[in-house]
Order: sequence, then structure tokens, then C-alpha cells
Amino acid sequence: MRAILGIETSCDETAASVVVDGREIRSNVVASQVDIHRPFGGVFPEVASRQHVLDIVPVIQQAMIEAKATWDSLDAIAVTRGPGLVGSLLVGANVAKTIAWARALPLVGVNHLEAHLYANWLYTERPGFPPPEQPVFPLLCLIVSGGHSDLLWMSDHGKYRVLGRTVDDAAGEAFDKVARLLGLGYPGGPAIQKAAVGGDARAFDLPRAMWNEGYDFSFSGLKTAVLHLAQGRGAALKGRQAKGKDSPWKRPAASESPDLPSDLLLADLAASFQAAVVDVLVEKTRRATEEYGAREVLLAGGVASNALLRQEMIARVKASVRFPPPALCTDNAAMVAAAGYFRRVAGDVAMWNLDVEPGARLDEMA
Amino acid sequence: MSVRVRAPSEYNCLLEEGGVSALSERVGATVLSTSRHDTLVIGQRLGQLLQAGDVICLQGELGSGKTCLTQGIAAGLGVARPVTSPTFIIVNEYALAGKRHMLYHIDLYRVESVAEACATGLEEYWSGDDVCVIEWAERARSLLPPEHLWITLLYRGEGLRELQFEALGARPAEMLRGLAGVFDEVGGRPESRPEVPACS
Repeated sequence: MRAILGIETSCDETAASVVVDGREIRSNVVASQVDIHRPFGGVFPEVASRQHVLDIVPVIQQAMIEAKATWDSLDAIAVTRGPGLVGSLLVGANVAKTIAWARALPLVGVNHLEAHLYANWLYTERPGFPPPEQPVFPLLCLIVSGGHSDLLWMSDHGKYRVLGRTVDDAAGEAFDKVARLLGLGYPGGPAIQKAAVGGDARAFDLPRAMWNEGYDFSFSGLKTAVLHLAQGRGAALKGRQAKGKDSPWKRPAASESPDLPSDLLLADLAASFQAAVVDVLVEKTRRATEEYGAREVLLAGGVASNALLRQEMIARVKASVRFPPPALCTDNAAMVAAAGYFRRVAGDVAMWNLDVEPGARLDEMA
Repeated sequence: MSVRVRAPSEYNCLLEEGGVSALSERVGATVLSTSRHDTLVIGQRLGQLLQAGDVICLQGELGSGKTCLTQGIAAGLGVARPVTSPTFIIVNEYALAGKRHMLYHIDLYRVESVAEACATGLEEYWSGDDVCVIEWAERARSLLPPEHLWITLLYRGEGLRELQFEALGARPAEMLRGLAGVFDEVGGRPESRPEVPACS
């Protein structure tokens, strides 16, 4: 039995987790879930590396306590080394190095994207239930989050090939920005999903960019199309509005603060937008599954929580589809511990000169 | 607010102003981009002019072409990696071949106030010798270095974007003068477009 302490501080979340044998979660703590006294009362943004500094030790302590783990029972420390915000990454990397050095434990550097897909190996033990089967190689992995939209081919542990990625905005970013411009709040994914209930996904014929162009994605134009519809500027798009509905929020060009559309049209717009994103993600994954002969399709990242994406992927892809529970889709440290375990098993242990890589890419990972 | 779409010829000229800023030089220019390609070409030419420590600030609503312009700037600086939106992660870093400085593509969209930008330590990015392109720069105006090139991007109809340049300081004014040639090219002479990488 090998227990790994995972540490994640690449962006907003400060997280720590203990995972056994790369799969069984013993604890999974994310800063926002922990009741920590914050002397600055939440004035500082979550992105502040200073907030990571304040949170990281209590979060690690909590993870160790919940897992009933001792330092001696750990097999290694795994930490995210990139991609991410440099100041934030440094907090995790330095804490990980310090613990590893002080406790004479091996240190493993993990790529954040790789960690996301390893969320599919994780489970929590339930008495009377056997652990779920592991994913079977070769497989295809779609990582869709606020910062990434990547389609990966994975032939074995640590063996990746990037088939496609976004050329502009990430899928989750498109959800967040569209939710904000429609006044639906944050985070955008759940907000759009909720607003889309009862909406007609065919009400607006929104663009599916790069539909026939390889496996890369583009969501910037879709975001702009929704913005212009909401602001009454979508002259070209309105011509393509399927049912010939009038737009009650049509306003003069260049209105800077549009009135928000009525609930019904809001539902149609949210549903049409969601369908456009999902359509592209599923179609490209379906095509890649057939071209490469994947045995499984893994979804990962925050957008993998989207119900329509899950449903359409299962319906349209001719391979078994697997996705983590929502808490493991967003940033967490259990996925870092899992990815770290499989790197450790492969003998990939970091040296003391381990450095953060804010611009790390998966195919550049050794 | 009403909008008058003017012909490219009305835009593509340098305007000199004086005495407004504490800085010795304050130069402005307005150009009409008639396509994504125009915006990329302008960005690319600007990228070719950039030196260590230069700061470019971009202001404009969603979909106004800030990231597209940055993709052009990065291409002009010789960045081969695809340049994508840094919104989620706040800062994307790009190494520049043969240079000691980096390109920092910074996005303050998720930063709500100057206090937040300050708490995040963002000013450290533009305090060194690196090239910084800052989207939603208006959210941290008071933290910005006094010398910078400010570019406001405005939606002016399907495919049309107005780019307003304001150079604060001698070095940004020099950049702007270096752009005069490209301002003549865009919008008017589509047949003589230089090769640029695809934007999407």
C-alpha cells in the first residue's frame, strides 16, 4: 500500500489530499471547504499567491488528519508544477519540497492537465462495494475546463499525444464569459446549465467553429456571437434564427449596457449556446474515437460536470465513456496524488531542483 | 451613444496632442480594422517593434479583438506556440527565441479591482525587462508603469473594429511612429497583405 500526499496550488484552489495506490481517496481537502480563519476576511482574491501561503499548511494538516495518515506512512509527495500562475505554483512546489526534504520522502512533479485526467482513476471506498475497474488503454481524453480544452490520445500511463486544443478561449471560459454577459453569475457552467432548462437548443443557430478542421477547438467567435445577440447586434445571426422569432431586446448598435433578455429567450439562448459547445466537443471526440480506435473516452475538467456533455458523449461516441464526480472535475489535489502515484511507479521522481513550469504542456512533459 | 462608421481613410492618420500628460510626449492614432486579418497584421507589426520592458495595454469589451491583436503581437515577436486566452490563469508566459526577456500575456478580466490586482502582485510582471501585453488594463490603471502604449478596441459593426492608440511617453510614441506604415496598409489594400498565421 502506497499513500501519496498530493498538493495543488496552480490557480485559485489551495488543495491537499492523501490517495492510496493512485486510486483510493483517503482525504481530499480544498481551501474553500475548510473553515480557516482568514484575517483578511476574503478581501483578497483567491488567485493571490499570498492566500495560498495562508491556506496551504492548514489544508495539508486537515488532509493528513482526515486520512489518519502520519508522515512515516507516506510513500511520496506529489505536487503540480504547471501549467498555472507562477506565484501560486511556487507556493505548492516549495511546501512540497520542504516536506519531502524534512521527511526524506521522494518528490514527484505532476502536470496539472495530466492530473485532471487521472481523476478518472479515483474512487472512495464504500464498504461492501468493490473498487471500480481501472480505465483501459488506449484511450481518448477530453480535458475541458476554465483554462483548457484539450483532446488527448493516451496509449499508456505517462504516454500522451495532443490531438487538438483550443486556439483561443477554453470551453469553460466561454461558459463563464457568456454567463457573465447574460447576467447569470459565476461559475458559468452550472449557471448556463440551469438557465438552459426548458430552453430550445435550436432557437439560435450559433456557430460551430472549426467543425471540419482537425481536432482543434475555437470558442471565441461563439462567445462574441452570443454577446452580439444579447446586445441586439447580431444582424447576420438573426437572419439565421431558426424560428423567425423577434428579438425583444433588439437595441441600437453600440448600446454599451444591454437590457437582459426575457427569461424565455434567455433559456433559448443559454440552451443554444450550451448545445453549440457540446456539439463541437462531442463531434470531435466521436471522430477521434473512430479514427484512433479508443477503447474508452475519459472526460475531465470542470466542464466534464455538464450534464448535456455527458449525455451526448454517451449517446454519440462508440466507446465506453467515463467521467469523474463533479468534486473531482474541478481543481483538487486527489487527482495530483493519483497522477503522482503512476509517475512514481514508473520511476519518475523529481530532483531537488524541481522548478515550476507556468507554461507547461503535456506533450513536452518528459 | 450613436456610432458613425467612418471610412478607413478618415482613421488612418496620426494625431498629435500636447500638454495633457506629465510625460513629454503623448501621441495618438486611430485605425479601422476591417477584418480579423487586419487586426493580426497590425499586431504582428507592433510585435516586431517591441523591445525589452515595453508595455502594451488593451481595453475593449468581449469580442473586440484583444486576444486576436495579442496573437498578432506574439507572432511579430517570433512566438511559435499557439497564443490562447489567459483569462482563467491570469498570465500566460512565452519565451522569446534568442532573447533574455519573456512575453507576458496578462488578462485582468477576472480581477475586479486595483486592490485585487495589487494583492495578486501583478505589478511585478510589468516592473521588469519583459514585454507585457495587458488585456482589461483599465482595471489596474493606477498600477501601470507611466510609459505604455494604450490601445482601445471598439466594435464598429460586423468585422469592423476601431483601434485607438495612445502613446504615453517617448518609447511608446516611437512604437506608434513605427506603425504608421501598417496603418496605411490595412483596410485599403487587401491584395498586398503580408503573410500572417491564421487566428482561428
